Amino acid sequence: METNGFLHVEDLILHFRTAAGTVQAVDGVNFQLGRGRTLVIIGESGSGKSSLAKAILRLLPRNVQTYRGKVILNGQDVMPLSEERFRREVRWTKMALVPQAAQNSLNPVLRIEDQVSEPLITHGRVSSKEAAMDKVRQAFRLVGLPVDFLTRYPFELSGGMRQRTAIAMALVTEPDLVLLDEPTSALDVLTQANLMNVLKRIKKEFGTTFVLITHDIATASDLADDVAVMYAGQIVERSSADRFYREPLHPYSKKLMASVPALKQDKQLEFIPGRPPSLINPPKGCRFADRCPARFARCAEDPPPATVDGRQVKCWLYH
Amino acid sequence: MSDNSVLLRVEDLHTWFELRRFGFFRIGHVRAVDGVNCVLGRGEAVAVVGESGCGKSTLARTILGLYTPTKGRIVFDGKVLDTKDDKAMQAYRAQVGYVQQDPFGALPPFMDVRRILDEPLVINGVKDPKERDARIRQALEDVRLTPVDDFLGKFPHQLSGGQQQRLVIARAIILKPKLIVADEPVSMLDASVRVEILQLLRRLQEAYGISIIYITHDLSTVRFFSERIFVMYGAKIIEQAKTRDLLDNPQHPYTRALLNAIPDPDPDNAHRFREVPGGEPPSLMNPPSGCRFHPRCPAIIRGKCDAQIPPDLELEPAHKVACWLYADNVQRESA
Amino acid sequence: MNWMRTNLKLLTSYPSALAGLVVILALVIMAVYAMVSMPLSEAINLWRAGEGIWQDTPRNAAPAWLNVFRREKLPVTQVYDTTQMPGSKTVESLGGGLKEIRVVFPVEYAYDGFPQEISVFTTAQFEQARPNLTMYWLTPDGREIPLGNETLRASESFRLSQDTRLSRRLRNQPAEIGLFADPGAPSPTVLKGTYQFVAEGIVFEDAADIDVKLVVYGQLHGLAGTDHRRRDIMVALLWGTPIALAMGFVAAVGATVSTMLIAAVGAWYGGWVDELIQRITEVHLILPILPILIMVGTLYNRSLVVIMGLFVLLSVFSGGIKTYRALFLQIKEAPYIEGARSYSASNMRIVFRYMVPRVLPVLIPQFVTLIPSFVFLEATLAVLGLGDPLLPTWGKVLWEAETNGALFNGHYYWVLAPSVLLLVTGLGFSMLGFTLDRVFNPRLRGL
Repeated sequence: METNGFLHVEDLILHFRTAAGTVQAVDGVNFQLGRGRTLVIIGESGSGKSSLAKAILRLLPRNVQTYRGKVILNGQDVMPLSEERFRREVRWTKMALVPQAAQNSLNPVLRIEDQVSEPLITHGRVSSKEAAMDKVRQAFRLVGLPVDFLTRYPFELSGGMRQRTAIAMALVTEPDLVLLDEPTSALDVLTQANLMNVLKRIKKEFGTTFVLITHDIATASDLADDVAVMYAGQIVERSSADRFYREPLHPYSKKLMASVPALKQDKQLEFIPGRPPSLINPPKGCRFADRCPARFARCAEDPPPATVDGRQVKCWLYH
Repeated sequence: MSDNSVLLRVEDLHTWFELRRFGFFRIGHVRAVDGVNCVLGRGEAVAVVGESGCGKSTLARTILGLYTPTKGRIVFDGKVLDTKDDKAMQAYRAQVGYVQQDPFGALPPFMDVRRILDEPLVINGVKDPKERDARIRQALEDVRLTPVDDFLGKFPHQLSGGQQQRLVIARAIILKPKLIVADEPVSMLDASVRVEILQLLRRLQEAYGISIIYITHDLSTVRFFSERIFVMYGAKIIEQAKTRDLLDNPQHPYTRALLNAIPDPDPDNAHRFREVPGGEPPSLMNPPSGCRFHPRCPAIIRGKCDAQIPPDLELEPAHKVACWLYADNVQRESA
Repeated sequence: MNWMRTNLKLLTSYPSALAGLVVILALVIMAVYAMVSMPLSEAINLWRAGEGIWQDTPRNAAPAWLNVFRREKLPVTQVYDTTQMPGSKTVESLGGGLKEIRVVFPVEYAYDGFPQEISVFTTAQFEQARPNLTMYWLTPDGREIPLGNETLRASESFRLSQDTRLSRRLRNQPAEIGLFADPGAPSPTVLKGTYQFVAEGIVFEDAADIDVKLVVYGQLHGLAGTDHRRRDIMVALLWGTPIALAMGFVAAVGATVSTMLIAAVGAWYGGWVDELIQRITEVHLILPILPILIMVGTLYNRSLVVIMGLFVLLSVFSGGIKTYRALFLQIKEAPYIEGARSYSASNMRIVFRYMVPRVLPVLIPQFVTLIPSFVFLEATLAVLGLGDPLLPTWGKVLWEAETNGALFNGHYYWVLAPSVLLLVTGLGFSMLGFTLDRVFNPRLRGL
C-alpha cells in the first residue's frame, strides 16, 4: 500500500439518528489509496459500506447525527469546505459516484445525452453545448456504448447499457476518483464481465482511481489492487489484493473467503453462523467476537489495528 | 433413466405470454419457454442456469403450476398434468414446494411464523389442529429454526435474511412435497449465509428424498449443489450434463462464455481481460432464427446456425448439447 | 394482530395522537351520556315540540355560564309553581261552596339585569262557575302594584310583558322592567331584594281549584342557551354527538371498506371485472353529487338515512378505487402472493387474507380522517336546507341559527357551540388519523 496516498480517509465517522437509536453506520474508518489504484471495500449487507461511500462524497441523508473525520483528496482536506464549495469544487469534479442500482438511477423522461452532459454543464466545465457533446461522446466510446444511443431514452436501453451510461456520467467530468457502489450486483454474468473489462481498460488507459464497494469477493478480484474488509461499520482488514486473496488474516475475512464458492476448484464451503451485530449499540470489544471461532479473553476489548507485513488487521491475534 | 426413477418429465413445453395493446389488440407473444424437454429423477437435484430473461423463472413457474403451458406437457409421478382440473392441480401443487428469491417479499409481513406455516396446511385440508401444530414444529426443526417456541410468534421482519429464507423453505416442505423448485434462493443473501441455505436444501433433499430444481444465474454455487445442470438460453435448454462434466468440459459456445465470465476469487484476475461475447440476450418476442445464440457466437457456421434450429445432440450419455458444431461428430458416430 | 398492537403502542408516544384520542373519548362519553339520559324519541319530541313544552325557558337566551365572566350579573329564569311548591298555596273555605285560594311567591331578585319577560300561567278546575283571580306585586320598598283581575278559563297565560295597561301603570315601562326598577333612579336600575307575587282567587265550587305558575324569564339559560323557539340548544348539541359519530363512522366504513374491497376484487381478477369497475368509477367521478343530493332531498326525502345512504352509495365508486387499485396491483405482484398460489390458496382467500391486510395500514388512517369529513358533510347539507326533518343535529342548529339571523342579532353562542363541536370533532379525528398515518407508513414505503 502506498503511504504517500492520493486519498486519505482518517477517523471518518457517520452516525444516523433513528427512532430505535443511533446507527453507527461508519465508525472510525481509516485508509489511504494511491493514485491510479483501485481499492475494493468488501462488506456484507448492513456493514456500512454504502454509508462509507456517502460519507466520502458527503451525500448525507437528513437524519445525520455525527459526521466528522478527515477526507484528504490530493493533499486537500475537503471536510472543512462549505457545502456550496464542496459541491462546486469536489463532488463530480474531483470525485464521482456510480450509485447502487445505477441502471435505475437515470431519469426516465430525459434523453441520455441530456443526462450525461448534465454534470459538465452544471459545473461549467464546457463553453458550449457542442463541447459538452464532444466530451459525452468520448465518455460513451470509453465505456463501449454506441454513440447513437445518446438520443434515446433510458427505457430503450438494457440494464447493462444503462449501467454503462451511469459510469459514463461519472467519467464525463474526468474526475480523479470514482466511487462505484455495487456496480454489477444486479447484472447478469456476461454483462458483469463486460463491465469489468470496461473498468479495467479505463483504469489502464487513464489511471483513474477507483473505490469499488461490493459484497462480491470473486468479482471484486477483477479490479482490486487493495482490499479493505468492512464489518459492522469498521474496517477490520486492509491489505494489498495479492496477499489478501491468497491469505486473508482477520478471522472474518478467512471465514468470508471460505464461504465463496469457486468454479474451478473443489473446496469445502463454510458459512458464518450467527448474524452481524446491530449498528445500534454494537458490542464494546471486537465486533466480530460473537461469531469468531478464534475468540479469546482479550476480544472483550476493542482491538487496535495491528500491522503485519504492511497489512493492517483489527484483531488481537496479531498483537 | 428407467420410468420408475423418473419424477418429472417435461415434454416440448411452451409457455407464451400474449402481448396486447390497449387491452385487446394482440401484438405478439413473449415466448418465455419455447420448447423445453427435460427429465428429473427422484431425489435428484438439478440446476437450471441462465441469464435474466432466458426463461428460467417462467419454466420454474410453469412447473409449479402457476402458469399454464401454451403447448407441451408435464408428466409428474407417472401422471400427465391436467391444468384444467382444479382439484388435480391442487393435489399436484401440494407435492411441489416453492422457494422464492426474495425471502422477505415471499413472506406475508402481517402473519407470524405459525400462521405462515399454518396456511398451506389449512388450505390443503389438514384439519386436525394438533397435527398441524406437530407438522409446523417438525418443519421448523427441519430448517433449524430452533428453539421452535422462540420463533412461532415472530414476524418476518424480526428475522434475519437467512432465517427468513429458512422459513420460506419450511413452508415449502411442510406439505411433504416430492419436488422443490428453488428460484434463485440465495441470490439476495449475503455470501456468509448462502452456503448455509444451500447446505440446508441439500440436507433436506437427502433426508426426505426430495427432488430439487435449483434455478440460478450463478454457476459458481452449482458445483456444490446439484447433480446435473441445464443451461438455458433464449427460452430453450441448450446444454445439459452432469455437473462436473459440464463445468470441466463445456461444449456449447454459450456455456463456455458463461463459464469464462465467472471470476474465481483470484488476485491475478486484475491483470487480464475476459473474453466475453458482445451483444445482448435475444428478444423473446422476436427470437433470432436458427440457433438463438448465433448473433453472438464466436464459432458461428454461416448459413446453418442462422437458418436452422439445432437439435439436441447427445455427445456422451447424459450430456446433450443443441449446437451445430457437433452435428458432424454425432452423425459420424451414429453412422 | 400483533403488529397492530405494537403500532398502537407506538401511537401513544405521539402527543397529537393522545390529544386526538382524548377528544374522541370525550365525544364518545358525550354521546353515551346523551343516549342514556334521554331516549331518541324524547329528544325528537323535545326538538319538534312547540311552545307548550318549552314554556318555562326564555327565547334566544345566552348560556348561563356567561355570568362567570360578567361583573353585572344577568338573571336566569326563575319558575314558581304551586304544584311544585305546596306551601305557597293556602285554601280557605268561605262556606257555601265558596273558597278563597291565596298564592304567595317570594321572588328573590339579586341580578343586575332585568328579566327578559314575565308570564303567569294558570290552570283552573271547575264545572260551571269560572273562578276569579286577582294578582298583585309587592316590591321590597313596600309598593303594591296590581297586576290585574281576571276571570279564569281552564288554562290561561298572562304575558305580563305584553300587557299595555300594566305598562301604562308602570310609567310606560314594560312589565319586566317596571316591576323590578328602582323608582328613584333616573335610568332603569334593578331594585334588588325580595319581591312578592300574590294571587288571590275565589272559586265557586267544592271541587274547583286554581294552580298558578309564575315564570320570570332570565336572559341566560343552561349550558348552551336557547333558540328562537325557546328550545334548549343543549338538546341538539348532546344528541347531535351520537348522530354525528354514528353517521360519520357508518359512512366512513361504507366509503372506505366497500371501496377497498371492490378495488381488491378488481385488481385481483383483472380482465372485464376490472374494466367494468374502472368504467363505473370514471362515470361516478363526473357525477355532480351535490346537485343529485339536493334533487333527492327536494323531491323525495330529506331523512338523514336516505341522504347519507345515497352519499355513501355514490362514494363507493369514488376516486379511492383508483388509489386502492394502484396499491393492490402492486401488492398482487408481491412474491408472497405467488407463494400463496403455489400452495393453492383460493382467489377469495388471497384477496381477503393476503391482499386486504396489506392495505390496512393505509386504510385505517384514511378511515379515521374520513369520519369528520362525513360529519362536516351532514352539517353542509343541513346548512343548505337538506337536513333531516326530525333529528336534532349540529348542522340543523347551524341552519336554524343562520335562517334566524343569529349573528346579525348577536346570538353568537347559537352559531359558536355547534361550530366548535364540529371543529373539535374534525381536529380530534384528524390528529389521530394523521398520526396513525405516520406510524403505519414507514412500513408502507417498503411495499
